[in-house]
Amino acid sequence: MSNSATSPAAPPRNSETLKKLYADMLMIRRFEERAGQLYGMGLIGGFCHLYIGQEAVVVGMQANVGANDQSITAYRDHGHMLAAGIDPNAVMAELTGRSTGLSRGKGGSMHMFSAEKKFYGGHGIVGAQVPLGTGLAFANKYRGHDGVCLTYFGDGAANQGQVYEAFNMAELWKLPVVYIIENNQYAMGTSVARSSAVTEFYKRGASFNIPGVQVDGMDVEKVVEAGAEAIAHCRSGKGPIILEMKTYRYRGHSMSDPAKYRTKEELAEIREKRDPIENFGRKLVEGGVLTEQDIKAIDNDIKQRVVAAADFATQSPEPGLDELYTDVYA
Amino acid sequence: MSTEILMPALSPTMEEGKLAKWLVKEGDTVKSGTILAEIETDKATMEFEAVDEGTIGQILVPEGTEGVKVNSPIATLLAEGEKPGEAAAKKAAPEKELPKGEDHKDVADKGLETHAPPKIVVGNDPLIPEGTEMVNQTVRDALRDAMAEEMRRDETVFLMGEEVAEYQGAYKVSQGLLQEFGERRVIDTPITEHGFAGLAVGAAFDGLKPIVEFMTWNFAMQAMDQIINSAAKTRYMSGGQMGSPIVFRGPNGAAARVAAQHSQDYASWYAHVPGLKVIAPYFAADAKGLLKAAIRDPNPVIFLENEILYGRSFPVPKLDDFVLPIGKARVVREGADVTLVSYSISVGLCLEAAEKLAGMGIEAEIIDLRTLRPLDTDTVIESVKKTGRVVTVEQAWPVCSIGSEIAARVALDAFDWLDAPPTRVNGKDVPMPYAANLEKLALPTVEDVIAAVKSVTYKA
Repeated sequence: MSNSATSPAAPPRNSETLKKLYADMLMIRRFEERAGQLYGMGLIGGFCHLYIGQEAVVVGMQANVGANDQSITAYRDHGHMLAAGIDPNAVMAELTGRSTGLSRGKGGSMHMFSAEKKFYGGHGIVGAQVPLGTGLAFANKYRGHDGVCLTYFGDGAANQGQVYEAFNMAELWKLPVVYIIENNQYAMGTSVARSSAVTEFYKRGASFNIPGVQVDGMDVEKVVEAGAEAIAHCRSGKGPIILEMKTYRYRGHSMSDPAKYRTKEELAEIREKRDPIENFGRKLVEGGVLTEQDIKAIDNDIKQRVVAAADFATQSPEPGLDELYTDVYA
Repeated sequence: MSTEILMPALSPTMEEGKLAKWLVKEGDTVKSGTILAEIETDKATMEFEAVDEGTIGQILVPEGTEGVKVNSPIATLLAEGEKPGEAAAKKAAPEKELPKGEDHKDVADKGLETHAPPKIVVGNDPLIPEGTEMVNQTVRDALRDAMAEEMRRDETVFLMGEEVAEYQGAYKVSQGLLQEFGERRVIDTPITEHGFAGLAVGAAFDGLKPIVEFMTWNFAMQAMDQIINSAAKTRYMSGGQMGSPIVFRGPNGAAARVAAQHSQDYASWYAHVPGLKVIAPYFAADAKGLLKAAIRDPNPVIFLENEILYGRSFPVPKLDDFVLPIGKARVVREGADVTLVSYSISVGLCLEAAEKLAGMGIEAEIIDLRTLRPLDTDTVIESVKKTGRVVTVEQAWPVCSIGSEIAARVALDAFDWLDAPPTRVNGKDVPMPYAANLEKLALPTVEDVIAAVKSVTYKA
């Protein structure tokens, strides 16, 4: 397979869907900026991994999902939850460790789940979500429905052994799983070139006969198209497929990472030339889909929703002390 | 001079087997590689080849003979020029060497214990209705029946692991399941513990109820992260939104002569982890009733079996749906002088020690924990309040063991009732050695239990 131009599998594009892609990306950006701010104020603790720069990947992929499809990712997960349609208030309140959080304050940034939205975490161990996502796909096949599991992981996780154990079983049993490798170029502070013998991650399934496609992960429309084809591939019973999303993380690995391993110029150039939100917004305005006024209105609306989420998250009470011992067992 | 052909050992734990079929007859010429006979163990039927060339002189053990001991002569091989009949004087009747009694089949399993397992199980399980008909069954078959019954009852239950389907189980626990339930629900995996454990946990997140067989628990070390970080913690981390209704099962602890990397008791490793339940039965009835409970439980359950116990027969209640509660220990023998607390194969050591202690005037109460998390400390404390003395018995290493935990709980909750320090009998604090004499030394024995009891009853 190769990088496709337009796909018959992709959902129809009208001004509403295009506007939604733009707004969903912007929502993640603004949400993450606010999370970073709350972290700086000491309201969010522990580890906090921001998704800024990578928004097009998850927004483009999730634009394709159907009722039975699931998603699962690692610890850089806030964007995935918002894109899965999870209430930003509940996500932000989990970041601040409050009783109204998605996990009632017991999971935190890295461990959030939504049974309702079929979002299966939120996993803190690099690579662990890959066999888990493969197992969700196994369940879909076992139950005989058309569900596909979108399993996200990074270029760092792609070097974990369990990823290949999962690849082998997924192809052997033709499981409906899309492996989305978010190649943001750095596994924490180690660049792809310094960590990977083969840096073209879409080839990583080759020895299992899993097809792979490299996608411009900074272009949401290309992601939508590639995602639609990949999901169609899985739904037709052909087994797993890999999408390598070439993307970039603007912030450090976590809040305490000054990102000294890359130059300021490298980051500045990507922000200026490849920013997924700026570029897509400009394209929509130039194409007459949105006006500058529309852009402003979207921006304002999102700003209000994010402020509301932050207020909710900082004003909600912490979990009751009796919550310490709940949810250990069913 | 004729040589003897001896009954071969075909597995590390085999001590006897059935001579199922002779494929040669007296007078036949054989050479290296000629298949002589089919030998049946409790796990498989295997062909047995000649090593030396010659002529079969006399067949000493007729086909169909059961309980033929390893290393007993089964035929003679004539040297060149030798005539049949010259070796006839040597004809043996191996059956007669076997101990009498209905449980002689279990002699194969005594390898790790210095004595045969006790014949009498004292005390009935109060959880089995009075008057229930009991049938003798091996632990292996009890486990298989538990899985089959639950798979018939619930379509979301499936079995996955290495060699569970076509091979019928590396230890034949899943015998017949592929034939009944098909390849959709009885799934052979590649050798990929980390991967298939994670895959099964993912399927459990979605609400399926996987039974994951580890060929042995030693190999589950590869899957530890998925068991602990994914299976045990997700319910908590998700604020109760989702969990892992999954059973991980397989043989745990020492088998026989398989040395350090294949002979570890992991009980306390898993019992340490909140979010997991841990079960380690001794009796076949408990194996069945608790495995059925484990499969129905909405939490991840670690089910620790024992290879040596697979072939042992015990009474199992003949009930359509026999499910035992998880988390309940059982007093398997009542006694007033000392409490022995144990689980899995070491319960057998306690039963045997108790018989000998009774002869010395010491009546031991034996508690089979059955479940290690949640630990039924109430039953232990209640017993210790009666006896004032406690000895824990297990195969695992002593440091941070189940015995350590029992000792701590007893010291906290029954301190005023104690007449002696809580005492532990464990495997020695070394990796399991291979040499037969060292292996024997590394494992707890009946004598160790008796010595510990004498020490806490001040009769040493």
